[in-house]
Amino acid sequence: MIRVQAEPFDPAAELAAFATCVPGAGAIASFTGLVRPASDGDAVSALDLDHYPALTDRVVTEIGEQARARFGLAGHIIVHRHGELAPGEPIVFVAAAAAHRRAAFDAVDYMMDRLKTEAPFWKRELGPEGSRWIEVRGTDLKDRARWE
Amino acid sequence: MTLPADVRDTEKLRAWLGSDHPDLLDPSVRIAVNAELTPRLWPFSEDDEIAFLPPMSGG
Repeated sequence: MIRVQAEPFDPAAELAAFATCVPGAGAIASFTGLVRPASDGDAVSALDLDHYPALTDRVVTEIGEQARARFGLAGHIIVHRHGELAPGEPIVFVAAAAAHRRAAFDAVDYMMDRLKTEAPFWKRELGPEGSRWIEVRGTDLKDRARWE
Repeated sequence: MTLPADVRDTEKLRAWLGSDHPDLLDPSVRIAVNAELTPRLWPFSEDDEIAFLPPMSGG
């Protein structure tokens, strides 16, 4: 399942709730992404994320479902924030449950690489010097290409 | 928005709106029809929802 929400979330609570939904799984892997306090050496006071709900939900749902099929998952969850976030706040949480650890690790890695490059968000870093739009990084595209 | 009768694909719409909003002519601006990203040239009908999307940042 997936959620794109403005409200903050608690990654530990998400993981605990997810674990109760996948009885019988032998492995659960998870990843939490946090807003960084600096970007390319410049201080970041906030990160503002805009989205297009119908499209963003569709793409994030597809990424989760494709991970599930590709790695034979027993379950998956993606939680992504939008709106204005402060440094240190969780921005994304991904977890995958599978029979064995390798599929769970790989599925989390795969979902993150696809979210970083394909999820329809528009991010703006706010700092003392003003604001700056973020583009997808070359390293993220390279990571994404590993799964092709 | 009411469109001229011959504006029924994404390229014609881009050109039509682009005369007042030249930023929309930039090829890095993508178009979604009913919340689905489309190839550059894609037909649509009167009731469809069309969105112009600036370059994305990813998640």
